[in-house]
Amino acid sequence: MPRPSRLHVPRTPARPGEAPDFSYVRLSPAGGVPRPDVVTAAADIESLSVDLIRVLDEEHRAVGPWNPHLDIDILQVALRHMMLTRVFDDRMLRTQRQGKISFYMKSTGEEAVAIAAAMALRPSDMLFPSYRQQGLQFVRGAKLVELMCQLLSNTRDMCKGRQLPVMYHSVPGRLFSISGNLATQFPQAVGWAMAAAIKGEDDVAASWIGEGSSAEADFHHALLFASVYRAPVILNVVNNQWAISTFQGYAGGEQSSFAARGPGYGIPGLRVDGNDFLAVYAATEWAAERARKGAGATLIELVTYRAAAHSTSDEPSRYRPKEDAERWPLGDPVERLKGHLILLGEWSEQRHATLIGELEQQVAAAWAEASTYGTLTDGPRLDRDLMFEDVFKEMPAHLVEQRELLRRERS
Amino acid sequence: MAQMNMIQALNAAMDIALGKDPSVVVLGEDVGYFGGVFRVTDGLQRKYGQHRVLDTPIAEGGIVAAAIGMGVNGLRPVAEIQFADYIYPAYDQIVSELARLRYRSAGAFSAPVTIRTPCGGGIRGGQTHSQSPEAIFAHVCGIKLVMPSNPYDAKGLLIAAIEDDDPVLFLEPKRLYNGPFDGDPGKPAVPWSTHPKGEVPDGHYTVPIGKAEVVRAGDDITVISYGTMVHVAQAAAASLGLDAEVIDVRTFVPLDVETLVASVQKTGRCLIAHEATRFGGFGAELIATIQERCFWQLEAPIERVCGWDTPYPHAFEWEYFPGQARVAAALTRVMEAG
Ligand SMILES: Cc1ncc(C[n+]2csc(CCOP(=O)(O)OP(=O)(O)O)c2C)c(N)n1
Ligand SMILES: [Mg+2]
Repeated sequence: MPRPSRLHVPRTPARPGEAPDFSYVRLSPAGGVPRPDVVTAAADIESLSVDLIRVLDEEHRAVGPWNPHLDIDILQVALRHMMLTRVFDDRMLRTQRQGKISFYMKSTGEEAVAIAAAMALRPSDMLFPSYRQQGLQFVRGAKLVELMCQLLSNTRDMCKGRQLPVMYHSVPGRLFSISGNLATQFPQAVGWAMAAAIKGEDDVAASWIGEGSSAEADFHHALLFASVYRAPVILNVVNNQWAISTFQGYAGGEQSSFAARGPGYGIPGLRVDGNDFLAVYAATEWAAERARKGAGATLIELVTYRAAAHSTSDEPSRYRPKEDAERWPLGDPVERLKGHLILLGEWSEQRHATLIGELEQQVAAAWAEASTYGTLTDGPRLDRDLMFEDVFKEMPAHLVEQRELLRRERS
Repeated sequence: MAQMNMIQALNAAMDIALGKDPSVVVLGEDVGYFGGVFRVTDGLQRKYGQHRVLDTPIAEGGIVAAAIGMGVNGLRPVAEIQFADYIYPAYDQIVSELARLRYRSAGAFSAPVTIRTPCGGGIRGGQTHSQSPEAIFAHVCGIKLVMPSNPYDAKGLLIAAIEDDDPVLFLEPKRLYNGPFDGDPGKPAVPWSTHPKGEVPDGHYTVPIGKAEVVRAGDDITVISYGTMVHVAQAAAASLGLDAEVIDVRTFVPLDVETLVASVQKTGRCLIAHEATRFGGFGAELIATIQERCFWQLEAPIERVCGWDTPYPHAFEWEYFPGQARVAAALTRVMEAG
C-alpha cells in the first residue's frame, strides 16, 4: 500500500483512450488584446503574458490592433513557405522510413512559428533555432538540395557527415549551427545580441526553444543576461504542449504561462497564438522594433501543437490520444492562412491543390538530385579523412597520426 | 531463471528495489507514464505510483540536485539521464556536490543516489547520442562508477548500486540493450537469448561493485575491456584463434586491480580496448596501473584500441568505432612484439 503523499504531480489532461481535453488552454478572442507602444516597461504590460494575442478570427478575418496589415503577395509567399515546409517534412519522413536517412524531425502544425518570425525579421538578423524550425531555412533562401544533403550525410553535406539529420546551419542565411543539446542556443543568442550592441550594430538576434527545454538552466541564463544588458534579442518559447511524452505542465506550464517568466526578469512576455501567421508576424515585428530602439529583449510564447511524432524514433499513440491534433483549439496554421486568403478573394482550393502538386514535384526533383551525391545505403561517400578535420583549426600531431592509422586500415 | 535482455534486466532491478525498500524512488525525463525512451522504466509508474516514479522537467542539473536533496532526506533516488551525452548540465552537481558531500561534511551528510544513463555508440546517434564519458567521471573522487556488459550483470550491479550508500554512476552501453554485439554492423542482430548471460535469476541478487570478471580464461594475452567492447574483443581474439584471457572491468571506481594484475602477471601481454576517445581515456589509467605492478612480467608493450580523438561522427560511425579488425590488428602486434 503506497503511503499517503502530499507531493503535487502535474496532471496530463488526456492520455490514450481518453477524450482530448484542452480546457486548460486560456484563450482570448481574436483582436481582444491591446497593442502597447514598443518601448513600454515590462511591468506595465504584464497582462500580455497571460492573454493570447490573436489576429485571425474564426471567420478567417484579420482583426484588432495586432493586425500587421501585410500585402497580399507577402501573405501568398508565407503560405507557400508553410506549404513547402509541410511537403518537405512529409517527404523526408518517407525517405527515413525507406532507410535512406537515419533520422528525421517534422514541424507539422507549427509551420507559422518559424515562417512568420523569419519573414518579420531582417535578413541580417541572426537566428539561433532548435531542431524544429526548418521553416526559417526556407525563408532565408536555403536550397532544398542543400538541406537534403545534410539529411543524407552525403558528399555535399554542409556538416561533412558530423551531425545527425536536421542539425543544419547557414552562414549566408545567418542561421546558427543547431545543437543536439537542448537549450544551449538560448543564452548564446543573447551573447550574440550583446556583441551587436557592443559593436553599435542594428542587428537583432532571435532564438527558439521548446517549452520542455525551457526547464534547463540555460533558459534562465538567457533571460538574466538579456535583462541585465537589455540585449537586442527575441527569445521564443515554442509551447507545442509536448516534450516527447511529457506534457508541458512538467516544464512549469501548469502554474503559469511560459511568457509570464519574462516579467519576472523585467522583460515583456507576449503570449501569442502560434498557429496564427499574422499574430506571430506582428509579435515578432513588435519585439524587433523594441530591440532596435534599445529597449531590450522580449520573451514570446508561441502557443501551438506538435501534430506529428517527436521524431522518427517516437510513437505518440503510446502517450496521448490519437485525435488530439485535430481537436487542438487553435486549428492548423496552413488552413488558417489559406482560409484568410480565400476570404480576401486571393486564393482558392484549386490554386491550393495545384501548388501542393508543384511543391511535391519540386521536392521530388531535389531529392533525385541530392541522392546522386550519396545516400546512407548507396552512391558516393564522404572521404573518411574528413573525420579528423575541424576538431581544431590546425590538425595537431596526434590527429594526423590517427588519420594515418585509419588510412592504413583501409588499404 | 528467466530470459531477459538488458532493458528487462535493468527494469527488474528497479522493480525489486522499489518493491523491497519504500525509500527508493525513480526519476527522470519521460521515465514515468511512458517508461523511458529506451523503455527501461516501463510499467514501474503503473505499479508503484506517480509519487515513487516521477517524470521530471528537462533539466539534468535539476534532476541530480533534487536527487541529492531527496537522498539527504532519507530517500534512495535512482535518477535517469536520458543519454550520457546530456549529463553535462548536471556535471557540477555530480562533481562538486554528490561526490564530495560525505567528505566535506565529515560524514554528517551523504546521499545514496544512483544515476543511470545510456552511453556508447553503434546506433547511428551521431555526436550527441554516442558518447562514452567514463573517464571524465573516473577522475572525480567520491563517486562509484559502473558499466555492465550483459543482462545478468546489469541486474545484479544495479541492485548493488541502489543499495550502496555511496553515490553510483551507472553507465549502460545502449548498443547492448537488445543483444550482444560483436562489432560487425553487417550481421543480423543477435538477441540476448542466445547468450548465457541472458539468463537472469528472478529475484533479488547482487553483483558486487568493485569486482572485475574474467569472462574467458586464457594464457596467451590479457584483453581488458568493458561494455560493448567486451564482446568485440572476445570475437576478435577468437577470430585469431588466440587463447586470450578476456576481462570485463565492470567497475571503474573502485577498480579491481587484483584481478587485472593477476591476469597480466600470468600472460605477460596486455591489450586494452574501449570505445571512448583515447587521449586521457580510462585505458591510460589501466595501462599505468598494470605497468606499475607487472613491469617485470611484461613481454611486450601494453597497447590500447580506442575511439579516435574526435567527436563521434554520424557518417563515419563504423570507421570511428574500434571494431574487430582494429582490435585484431592490435592483438597481433602485441603477440608478435618482444
Ligand atoms: C540537454 C538535453 N537533455 C535531453 C535531451 C533529449 N531530448 C531531445 S528532444 C527532447 C524533448 C524536447 O521537448 P521540447 O523542448 O518541448 O521541444 P519539442 O521537441 O517539443 O520541439 C528531449 C528530452 C537533449 N537532446 N538534450
Ligand atoms: Mg515541446
